[in-house]
Amino acid sequence: MQKPFAKWFLLVLIVVSFANLAAAQGLGTSGSSSDAASSADRLAKLEQQAADAKSSADNAWMLISSALVLMMTGPGLALFYGGLVRKKNVLATMMQSFAMMAIVTVLWALVEYSLAFGAGNSFIGGLHNLFLRGVGAQPDPDYAATIPLQTFMVYQLMFAVITPALITGAFAERMKFSAMALFMILWSLLVYAPMAHMVWGKGGLLNASLGGRFPTLDFAGGTVVHITSGVSALVCAIYLGRRLGYPEEPMPPHSVVLSFMGACLLWVGWFGFNAGSALNAGSLATSAFVATHFAAAAAALGWALAEWVRNGKPSVLGGISGAVAGLVAITPAAGFVGPMPALVIGAIAGVFCYTMVAKVKARLGYDDSLDAFGVHGAGGTIGALLTGVFASSVVNPIFKNSQGVALPSGLIEGNSHQMLNQLVGIVIAWGLAIVGTLVILKVVDLAVGLRVSDDHEVQGLDLSQHGEEGYYWEASAS
Amino acid sequence: MTKVEAVIQTSRLDAVKTALQDIGVEGMTVIEVRGHGLQKGHTEFYRGREYTVDLLPKIKMEMVLPDDLVEKAVQAIAGAARTGKIGDGKIFLSRIDDAIRIRNDERGETAL
Repeated sequence: MQKPFAKWFLLVLIVVSFANLAAAQGLGTSGSSSDAASSADRLAKLEQQAADAKSSADNAWMLISSALVLMMTGPGLALFYGGLVRKKNVLATMMQSFAMMAIVTVLWALVEYSLAFGAGNSFIGGLHNLFLRGVGAQPDPDYAATIPLQTFMVYQLMFAVITPALITGAFAERMKFSAMALFMILWSLLVYAPMAHMVWGKGGLLNASLGGRFPTLDFAGGTVVHITSGVSALVCAIYLGRRLGYPEEPMPPHSVVLSFMGACLLWVGWFGFNAGSALNAGSLATSAFVATHFAAAAAALGWALAEWVRNGKPSVLGGISGAVAGLVAITPAAGFVGPMPALVIGAIAGVFCYTMVAKVKARLGYDDSLDAFGVHGAGGTIGALLTGVFASSVVNPIFKNSQGVALPSGLIEGNSHQMLNQLVGIVIAWGLAIVGTLVILKVVDLAVGLRVSDDHEVQGLDLSQHGEEGYYWEASAS
Repeated sequence: MTKVEAVIQTSRLDAVKTALQDIGVEGMTVIEVRGHGLQKGHTEFYRGREYTVDLLPKIKMEMVLPDDLVEKAVQAIAGAARTGKIGDGKIFLSRIDDAIRIRNDERGETAL
């Protein structure tokens, strides 16, 4: 009884299906144009979604990178420097880094961003982006096509924060807080903003990716950040003079433990600094990340081994100082070199910076308290030169001919002319840093005076400048 | 009454303390100090700069004892603190005129 019913049911089903199919085909032939339109719509929608997805991915990485670079200043650099000074100056030293996080941020919002990245002439940006006017969700394809310009702005801000903070190592333990603050405001406007504009800004004289007159390869700030800060640091150290009692009185670091934590935070933060400088989350970011890490490791070994040979022991402070020196040296090269050249650059930087800090400084007699010049000035310069040697068009085809074919990047690939461009970038960074810093120091000296009084220096800057102590260990406090 | 002052290696503090408690010494004051006698210091290097550290961390123990306990205490300290190397430290003995317990004005050996 059930079998015939099933047969009939199947038959009906087949007939209905055929009828449906015929109807659908009939519809298809009659409405083909509207169907094409809808598939074009869908394609456009899909493309938009793909672009949005890439944009979101890039933006996520750039926001994380921005946070990582801020972490380099506080707590990274604050701990690194704070541990190297004497106990009585620990808070004042950390405060100098922290103050940059506040002061430069406000300055950046009001005027500095516009001077660095606004459209302007070859040397400095204009005032079009004053108060961050026009800096919103819309990307600027000249800088980074897939992230909001506001992300680019805040990422670059973190570089503007750490660069002056690096200088504070040179005049640690003897500069007035008021003088330091005034100096840094003027330095940010007169040295950092023009240098950033020349290397990275639209129309900048040294900009390699936007057709500058002397295309200097500086991926993440070897010239902009490290040469300017390191050389300015040297000028500050010489202008202010030595700390009272230097070099007869022993001034060992009061806590290498703090410095160790700071250096390791710097190492991690540097991934944001260098890999983030790809300005997207693509394979170039990976390449820069790898080069950064390898250079740091090789430089830590280089410095520690040099010490081991000279003093018989590899020190912790030597190892971490070497890592920072390697990170400095790889900064301009990070997005242009492969892993093996990164190891070479790191190893050279480790030994070179050790020599600068342990030998050259002692011979010349200046008191660069925390070796801002020996690490950042020297490491940045050697890094900028080695970038010209090792830059590879396979890693990053930055120079192209009119047909879009990649041209050789560095000396080893046969572009010997690049060494000249690197040299121009280095000379401009040194020159701007020396002249700018001298003028600013003179002005600040006349306005408020640079150094604390001898009494205050002996007492320590924590008490004399801030009225507090880093370690309150007296029995009465319990 | 005799004051016993012993400067010892920091690493021997627990052994000396136990040895003193074993012979019935009931109170002591321990201070972390720096100093050197015959033992020379050492050198440290920070970024290539050499620092000579000649004052080394030591432990100074002070206790005032009734006279019958002094010789036993000296032997206990010397026995527990000795490693046989330069830097083991010294023990100083000096007479004490009087002692006063702040809580109840007891004086002399009863105040110890």
